[in-house]
Amino acid sequence: MPDYYSSYGVVLAVVAAGAILVAVAFTAAKLIAPHRPLPAKLTTYECGIDPVGEGWSQSQIRYYVFGFLFVIFDVEAVFLFPWARVFESLGWAAVVEMGIFIAILATGLLYAWRKGVVRWA
Amino acid sequence: MTAQEYAFAVIAAVGSISAIAVVTARNVVHAALYLVVALLSVGATFLLLGAEFAGWVQILIYVGAIVILFLFGLMLTKAPIGRDTLDNTHRWVGLLVAAGVFAGLAFLIQDAFPLDAEPFEVFHGSTSVVGESMFRDFVLPFEAISFLLLAALIGAIVLARKDEGN
Repeated sequence: MPDYYSSYGVVLAVVAAGAILVAVAFTAAKLIAPHRPLPAKLTTYECGIDPVGEGWSQSQIRYYVFGFLFVIFDVEAVFLFPWARVFESLGWAAVVEMGIFIAILATGLLYAWRKGVVRWA
Repeated sequence: MTAQEYAFAVIAAVGSISAIAVVTARNVVHAALYLVVALLSVGATFLLLGAEFAGWVQILIYVGAIVILFLFGLMLTKAPIGRDTLDNTHRWVGLLVAAGVFAGLAFLIQDAFPLDAEPFEVFHGSTSVVGESMFRDFVLPFEAISFLLLAALIGAIVLARKDEGN
């Protein structure tokens, strides 16, 4: 087990290094940058156009279906990792098992496609 | 205390504080972002226990995917942001249910793993062990998952789709 924890020590060190990098960059920017605010400078940047409305707006429901499709195939992808580990020892049985699993999910994608969900009109 | 216990104390503190922040945040989007921290600390706890696969699945699925759905769901509603609109009158019922769940879980965990019990070896649940049992012993439940996901996907499409006939 010491190997296991020391390997995650590396992960922790990378995370810490990333946090320090961001903290140093932001602190340096705060110290060095001149600070002369104007009302125009403080408005939200929207590609150079004057911002319209509130910061919060209702989005279309079709974005939700895209999010949902992502979740479904994210769950599918997770099952591929343990499958890849036992693939060699199980042989063709594993191929058939995963083939059925992916085929059933692909039916869902086919349904979404036929219903015009993935078409951006 | 060992280094593992120190790490657990830090992770548990971060997770608990962010879990409280989820329910006390005034902005629902902030609540969702605190939920990310809470779920990450659950994943870190799994990793600490040696359940590497479960830990990374927790992070991939819950942090990477479920929170995305939460945020999309929030953006769909005309979410009123602010203390008054978020609060409701079921506070005491909620407190009662939460206290009941806490008492039940505390009793069950204490019953199953008493404090004076022998500390047991950390079992390294590697991904190949999970795969072995999933693809050799539990093939049918595994295939059933795909039907569950398919049903959820079709349900979401039926609810969200604009009928072209109309």
